Amino acid sequence: MTSARKIRVLAAKPGLDGHDRGIKVIANALMDAGMEVIYTGLRQSPEQIVETAIQEDVDVIALSILSGAHDFLFPRIMELLQEKGVTDVLVIGGGIIPDEDIAELKKVGIAEIFGPGAYTDDIITYIRENLKR
Amino acid sequence: MFDRKMLEEIAREHKRWSDNLETSLKKRPERKHDFANTSGIPVNRVYLPGDIDDSDYMDEIGLPGEYPFTRGVQPTMYRGRLWTMRQYAGFATAEDTNRRYRFLLEQGQTGLSVAFDLPTQIGYDSDHPLAQGEVGKVGVAIDSLKDMEILFDRIPLDKVSTSMTINAPAAVLLAMYMAVGEQQGVASKGLRGTIQNDILKEYSARGTYIFPPKPSMRIITDIFAFCSREVPQWNSISISGYHIREAGSTAVQEVAFTLADGIAYVEAAIHAGLDVDEFGPRLSFFFNAHLDFLEEIAKFRAARRLWAVIMRERFKAKDPRSIMMRFHTQTAGCTLTAKQPKNNIVRVAFQALSAVLGGTQSLHTNSMDEAFCLPSEEAVQVALRTQQLIAHETGVTDTVDPLAGSYYIENLTNEIYERAQKYIEAIDELGGAAAAIEKGYIQREIQDSAYSYQKEIEKNERVVVGVNRFQVEEEPPKDLLRVNPAVRVSQIERLERLKSDRNNEKVKDILSDLRSAAEGSENLMPFILEAVRAYATLGEICDALRDVFGEYQPVSTLGG
Repeated sequence: MTSARKIRVLAAKPGLDGHDRGIKVIANALMDAGMEVIYTGLRQSPEQIVETAIQEDVDVIALSILSGAHDFLFPRIMELLQEKGVTDVLVIGGGIIPDEDIAELKKVGIAEIFGPGAYTDDIITYIRENLKR
Repeated sequence: MFDRKMLEEIAREHKRWSDNLETSLKKRPERKHDFANTSGIPVNRVYLPGDIDDSDYMDEIGLPGEYPFTRGVQPTMYRGRLWTMRQYAGFATAEDTNRRYRFLLEQGQTGLSVAFDLPTQIGYDSDHPLAQGEVGKVGVAIDSLKDMEILFDRIPLDKVSTSMTINAPAAVLLAMYMAVGEQQGVASKGLRGTIQNDILKEYSARGTYIFPPKPSMRIITDIFAFCSREVPQWNSISISGYHIREAGSTAVQEVAFTLADGIAYVEAAIHAGLDVDEFGPRLSFFFNAHLDFLEEIAKFRAARRLWAVIMRERFKAKDPRSIMMRFHTQTAGCTLTAKQPKNNIVRVAFQALSAVLGGTQSLHTNSMDEAFCLPSEEAVQVALRTQQLIAHETGVTDTVDPLAGSYYIENLTNEIYERAQKYIEAIDELGGAAAAIEKGYIQREIQDSAYSYQKEIEKNERVVVGVNRFQVEEEPPKDLLRVNPAVRVSQIERLERLKSDRNNEKVKDILSDLRSAAEGSENLMPFILEAVRAYATLGEICDALRDVFGEYQPVSTLGG
């Protein structure tokens, strides 16, 4: 990767949840920070998200769920990425996610979880410092 | 409104007072150079009679229970009857939720409010592949009339009123409720409650749409026509600003976009041949009670006045019940913090008080733990007690619209009214709410406001107690309410049993009739009611309609 290439982020809404305020705020902030953001829109299946991530050759996937379905959908996305041999994409998540679930999500490969009250600046810094490629 | 001579004297005195202040302000400046509320309306140091002198009291403020209803929809307001205390609840199975409802009723709650899970809201049965991970999570899973019978077991539908947060499949859930009523021996004319049935804000802010706008509007007007004949005490729609605000809008935008949606529904119904006073009395609204206490009170009053003017002047409604805006309020979920969650009790109390001072007809108070999960029983109890405290201890219920006449409240009511009206004019120019949504205008306005709000917090221009000021180290909360993933398995088993027990030939015929009706122009409600009675599932009924109507494809509103 050349230094001129912008960081490419897939902002994704897995599942049926319609709360998109958070993901849109983050998408705007990442764009203002000079990243390229592809937003999936609502109601994406894990298969669609992984497919888009591969096609768009993104460096980061930022997942947002507020419906409580993270316990099924986040691990499923990680499983599919693994199956496709995608190991150099940084995956982060956010939404309404109880603290006690975070360890389990990290175990399957979600790098970090940003809950309510997280600052977009912290997310930007985190992405810059933890890119896998 | 005031005597000229008195106003001149006040203006002179105000000038003297301001001049005197100048010197001390140099030494001790105010906390900010410019004060403004969340809608960006500048806030003056002090408000005076001159700030509301333009108002015509009888035309713009009036008496409670009379046009333009600024002071409330009933002449006696809470001196007569308190608002309905209605906690939005639902999770896991119909059995679990039925237990929570009976707990809430025992605790003195006066109405029910059903939260459905996302598959139900989007018209999928629990066995649909996209339902994986979502069954029973944000609400109760309802696949067929069987589940609905369990949900209202031992709850007399002639005694309680029930609000259902259901939009795209609202017709199906209303039909199920009517069918449960029939089983309990309650005629549809005796049923009281509300279906949200507000699809436009699903496109712009909430996301549980199924069909494209045109057939969606047809289903909605079918429901209006059907309810006015068959379920006359039912609120056939709850036109909702709540989710628009949660998605990030300002107070002014909340009023404007909600009323613009309202205008679109009234126009659609008139276009379908209904008389405005036939369905007008059953239109209801739903607003958010957010942080800025005085701005919120003014917002409720402004919304009532604006809707009254729209109904009377634009749509020539004559029945006062069509002209008065009745609304439900919920405190702002987006203001709950995960940090120091007990602070949320206090936030909710202020927000709830603003709704009461704004004249709400029913109220949901959020629970302190909702930034993590669904509320625990204890948290819900505190939330309900907050309403009971306002009702029985604070005294604010003893006189009608107690903040009327406050120079600031009346001035702000006028400001919000005028600014919302300008937005509605802009939306009219785009071709109305549906067209404005299809162009992405409303979505963009909302997301721009949401982004500015977040930037204000991150720049410390807006204080969030416990988040960017007054932080402490704390342990994460324990014993959160969790929904067992086995709910999906038990729902699927119940669906399988249902499909082997019912008369499948009959279901097939009824669904085929429904498809034909959808292709034509007959009212769909009687067909849906037949399907529900025969135990066709929610997913089957919605699929039949998907076959004919297709599905909505959202527009992208991010980026250039």
